[in-house]
Order: sequence, then structure tokens, then C-alpha cells
Amino acid sequence: MEINELIVEKIKNFSPNAIEETSDFRSDFSLVIKKDELLKVAEFLKADPDLLFVQCKDVTAIDWAKRKNRFTTVYHIYSFKLNKILRLKVNLGEEPQVDSVVSVWQSANWYERETWDMYGIKFLNHPDLRRMYMPEQFEYHPLRKDFPVMGIPGSIPLPSGPQKD
Amino acid sequence: MGLEAKLQSDGFLTTTIDAVVSWARKNSVWPMPMGISCCAIEMMAAVDPKYDMSRFGSEVFRFTPRQCDLMIVAGTVTYKMSHVVRKIYDQMPDPKWVIAMGACTSSGGMYRSYPVVQGIDQFLPVDVYTAGCPPRPENLLNALMEIQNKIGKSKSRDYQDRVYQNLKHVEN
Ligand code: SF4
Repeated sequence: MEINELIVEKIKNFSPNAIEETSDFRSDFSLVIKKDELLKVAEFLKADPDLLFVQCKDVTAIDWAKRKNRFTTVYHIYSFKLNKILRLKVNLGEEPQVDSVVSVWQSANWYERETWDMYGIKFLNHPDLRRMYMPEQFEYHPLRKDFPVMGIPGSIPLPSGPQKD
Repeated sequence: MGLEAKLQSDGFLTTTIDAVVSWARKNSVWPMPMGISCCAIEMMAAVDPKYDMSRFGSEVFRFTPRQCDLMIVAGTVTYKMSHVVRKIYDQMPDPKWVIAMGACTSSGGMYRSYPVVQGIDQFLPVDVYTAGCPPRPENLLNALMEIQNKIGKSKSRDYQDRVYQNLKHVEN
């Protein structure tokens, strides 16, 4: 598809080694970006007058459990100009860390907090990386594959037990 | 019929203080609507004209715990929310009762997962459990009648020396 080629071409001109892989599955176009290049590519995609991916719709992650690079963070960004949703992916290893894209898309702020809460992916230079859902003193990241569905007993405090008459 | 007939014949009746107090108490149970999720809709339906909870003297839903006798916990209680529920319960004056409305509050229900407390009886003294997801309003009324029965059996003195200090208060 033309738009996809345009996007790839543009990124390649901007930074030749940034793209590791592309895929186009049922017109969901995805790019796997090198971890170190993510912030630069994000800035470029937003600022380039032909692309203008100004909206970040979602940030989430995947835990592959057994893969060598265990985690993938996923960004869905949208261009009003092209009417196109683009998916960026970044592969991360154990103790995952990646640059925060809040400086590019403000809306990524809470998405990244949620991803930190659920998957324990550290977003570097995030302005306020607190947990979103779980209590602040909780030590685990529940959507990781090694977290038991019923949780870890005693990891979240309850009020003291009932007092019967 | 009833009270009026009695009063017409003699102008007085004999009873015990206990009976009068528990009769008054059980017909003026003011609920605290702890409506946390979907069950709260059925709780509201129980107050509407069709089911009409005011027949039992319980139409006065109070949104401050200081005026309530009965806490209807209607909804999924997460671990995070449990502290709030307990704090509100602690603010209710004695004597007080608790209805665990619905599968979620009774046992965790369909949320068999890490954030949901698997039954609020882990941190609250529950008097009546109500089955259903959500329970029909009739079921809630039935639970209320169970509470009334329970209150009806109590003596007026039962609550006077209730030891309060062994209730550990929840910090912020
Ligand atoms: S028991 Fe069912 S209706 Fe009630 S709060 Fe739980 S899920 Fe909602």
C-alpha cells in the first residue's frame, strides 16, 4: 500500500537503521522500532508535515513469557492527515526499560502509567510514573505471565477481621 | 383491628420494654447504600414504588453513615475499596447490621481474581448474605426481613455495654 511505503521511506531517510521489521496484517500496519531510536522516530512521525501522527491512542505491552526478548511495548498512533493508524512496537528484555514518549504525546502519560502498573515496564523520564490501579505499596505486576490469577496472598492489605458480638 | 381495637376497648395495653424497643427498632432500619457496582441498581429498584421498601420502614436511605443502622454492601469490593467500606462501617453508630448483597460481596462472585476481595466477611461482620447476580429486589427485601427478625429477637439492653475498643479502627 502506498501510505505504508511512504511511511517506511520517510523513516528510512530520517534514520536508516531504526526499523527492525515491518508487517501488514489485514491492513494493520506495524513497525518494530529499535529501542534506542524510539523517541527520535516518534518525534519525527509527529512533526513531519507529510505524516503528522499527532495522536497517541494507546500504549500497552505484551509479555511473551518464554521469548528471549520477553516484553514488547506497543504504541498506537493516529494521523488525521492520512486517516491512518500506525502501530509501533519495541522489543525489550528482562527488567524492561524504554524511553517515555510523554514528551511527544501528552496522552501517553496515563497509558504508560498503566503499562508500568500491569507489566512493570519502566518508562525512563516519565514525569510521574506511579501505579494506576494497584495500591502504591504493591510489589508485583499483575498482567505478567508469572503472576498467579488469584494474586499473592497477603500482598494487598485488608482491614482487620470482623468483630462478632 | 390491631392496635386501634385495643386502644378502643381499654385505652391501654401491657407489654415489655424489650418488645416495644425491638418493635420500633426493626421497623425503622435506615440503610446505608454502599452501592459500589451493578447490584446497586437493583438496590435502587427495591426502593421504587413497585417494590416499595418503605413498607418495612426502610425507605430512608441516608448518605451519611452517622444516621444508619444497616449497611447494604451492593457491589464488587476490591482490595482498594475494602478500606473505604470498613471506614464507613466504623462510622456507623451501634447497633448496626450488614447485608452482603449479591455474589460479589458474598464470595467474590465471578471475579475470581487478584484485585477482588473473595467475600466481605473477611473484614466485616455480615448478618445476611443474598444470593444472585444481581439479586432481585424481592431477594433484598427478604434479606431485610431476615434482619428484622434478627432485630426482633434482640433485647433492648443487648447493645448497651458493647465493647467498642476491640474494634480496630482503620487508618487513612
Ligand atoms: S453480584 Fe453481579 S450484579 Fe452484583 S455487583 Fe457482582 S457482578 Fe454486579
